[in-house]
Amino acid sequence: MINFLSSLPTPVAQGMIWGVMAIGVFVTFKVLELSDLTVDGSFATGGAVFVVLTTGGMNIYLSMLISFVAGCVAGFVTGIFHTKFGIPAILSGILTQLALYSVNLRIMGGKANTAISWRNFDLLVSSRTDVIYETILVCVIFIAVLIAVLYWFFGTELGHSIRSTGCNAAMSRANGINTNTCKVLGLVLSNGIVALAGALLSQFQGFADVNMGRGAIVIGLAAVIIGEVAFGKIFRNFALKLVSVVLGAIIYYIVITIVLKLGLRTDDLKLFSALVVGLFLGIPYWKSKVHFNKKEKKEVKADA
Amino acid sequence: MLEIRDVHKTFNAGTINEKKALTGVNLTLNDGDFVTVIGGNGAGKSTLLNMITGVYPVDKGSIILDGTDITKLPEHKRAKFLGRVFQDPMTGTSGGMQIDENLAIAARRGKFRSLLPGVTKKEREEFKTLLKKLDLGLENRLSSKVGLLSGGQRQAVTLLMASMQNPKLLLLDEHTAALDPQTAAKVLALTEEIVSESKITTLMITHNMKDAIRLGNRLIMMNNGQIIYDISGEEKKNLKVSDLMELFAKASSGEFANDRMLLS
Repeated sequence: MINFLSSLPTPVAQGMIWGVMAIGVFVTFKVLELSDLTVDGSFATGGAVFVVLTTGGMNIYLSMLISFVAGCVAGFVTGIFHTKFGIPAILSGILTQLALYSVNLRIMGGKANTAISWRNFDLLVSSRTDVIYETILVCVIFIAVLIAVLYWFFGTELGHSIRSTGCNAAMSRANGINTNTCKVLGLVLSNGIVALAGALLSQFQGFADVNMGRGAIVIGLAAVIIGEVAFGKIFRNFALKLVSVVLGAIIYYIVITIVLKLGLRTDDLKLFSALVVGLFLGIPYWKSKVHFNKKEKKEVKADA
Repeated sequence: MLEIRDVHKTFNAGTINEKKALTGVNLTLNDGDFVTVIGGNGAGKSTLLNMITGVYPVDKGSIILDGTDITKLPEHKRAKFLGRVFQDPMTGTSGGMQIDENLAIAARRGKFRSLLPGVTKKEREEFKTLLKKLDLGLENRLSSKVGLLSGGQRQAVTLLMASMQNPKLLLLDEHTAALDPQTAAKVLALTEEIVSESKITTLMITHNMKDAIRLGNRLIMMNNGQIIYDISGEEKKNLKVSDLMELFAKASSGEFANDRMLLS
């Protein structure tokens, strides 16, 4: 037990970094109500851009900013596929994601993996156990700032129009909102955040890998849904919803740590993740059915 | 002020499902006109409205609003001049957003949306006064999600939103059809009040012949994608439901009006 508790800080830190990614997923999946698969690619893009720039001598904050911009560009491409080419959002994301695989390899000079060491660079976060609490602190600050900025943004005129586009596109157009522009903006913002998370993870693990984003969308969805199922009733405010997404990611990584300790092979992890997310995605659907049946039975009884 | 010139629209052209929705519609609205539109299902009423609002592009013809050709303008740009209320109460408002946020979105129709606050304190006060007029108690629920309101309440809010920003044209697409009779009457009364107060030129589709006669200064009847009658002034005032039924029967050459029209 003590052994388990002492291993907790690492999944918490990991969960927070993936929580940043999940906030990006939240912007498309919940605010815009689009399923965007670009993230699997833009996450690795963020990591690749960061590592290449930083090892090339750039200031780490500037590198992270450029990672963010690179993610924005990826989201923009998906947005153009979706709005200008009329391709369904999910397929647009798959196209960009596939293209990004090549792009990411190019960024890393043809290598599938590029290392960055804390010995040579003053990185923000690291998985080393001796600095894990500092890492968690940095993540807390980072997430707090991110949530504050998003909370402000979605309260502005522009933010309102993006939310409205996801909520009711017909109403939005009737009120003069260019829903296509809003969708592109949402995708840009979302993938920018995702790339930023990629930059953080590459620091945390000490390398960027062309495959580091594989399955990112599933982890992001897991975080969004676990957060909603666990805290949806208490956290109604937009900022608190974002907090619950991060908490969802942390819970996800703690559960993963537990099942690995219980003997699950790391090779089987993706299978496990997919099944868990599938299960959680199904819960609201089953719930609605069960409630309906109960109501119906009661009504039948009342009639009789 | 609004001129519709020879507008044609065919859906699914060249397929087995081809539907000629509009076959050469000509209509000129004068400033301050309150026009009611009647006609059977598939007569082209809603398509006509959707052509004006730009939901679909027209096949042929042009639409001119106050001297500007808006035929090729995208839907969100035309919105600047148009206030719209839909048949489905869910369509006119964003259910996941607050009442004040919905109103604020409408208050910015046709304006550039920047990074300034989406709703200001001053606006919230103005919205309170506006909502008070509805007499639905919504003035104390500014922060409630619109999704929690009833169909009638949502339609009333949509009507408020549609009349904000002084639109040149108010377009009502059977906006009381999905409501219970009592609520429908309330929303209709509110419509009358708003139209007479602000003197917005209005086009209202309805299935209710009595309403079509009672409201407005002009009535048009559509059939098979064309306007077949255009009655205004004294002549309209003296119309009876039975007259309309007769006209309708004549136009559809023996085919009788559909059940919805008979019942209402």
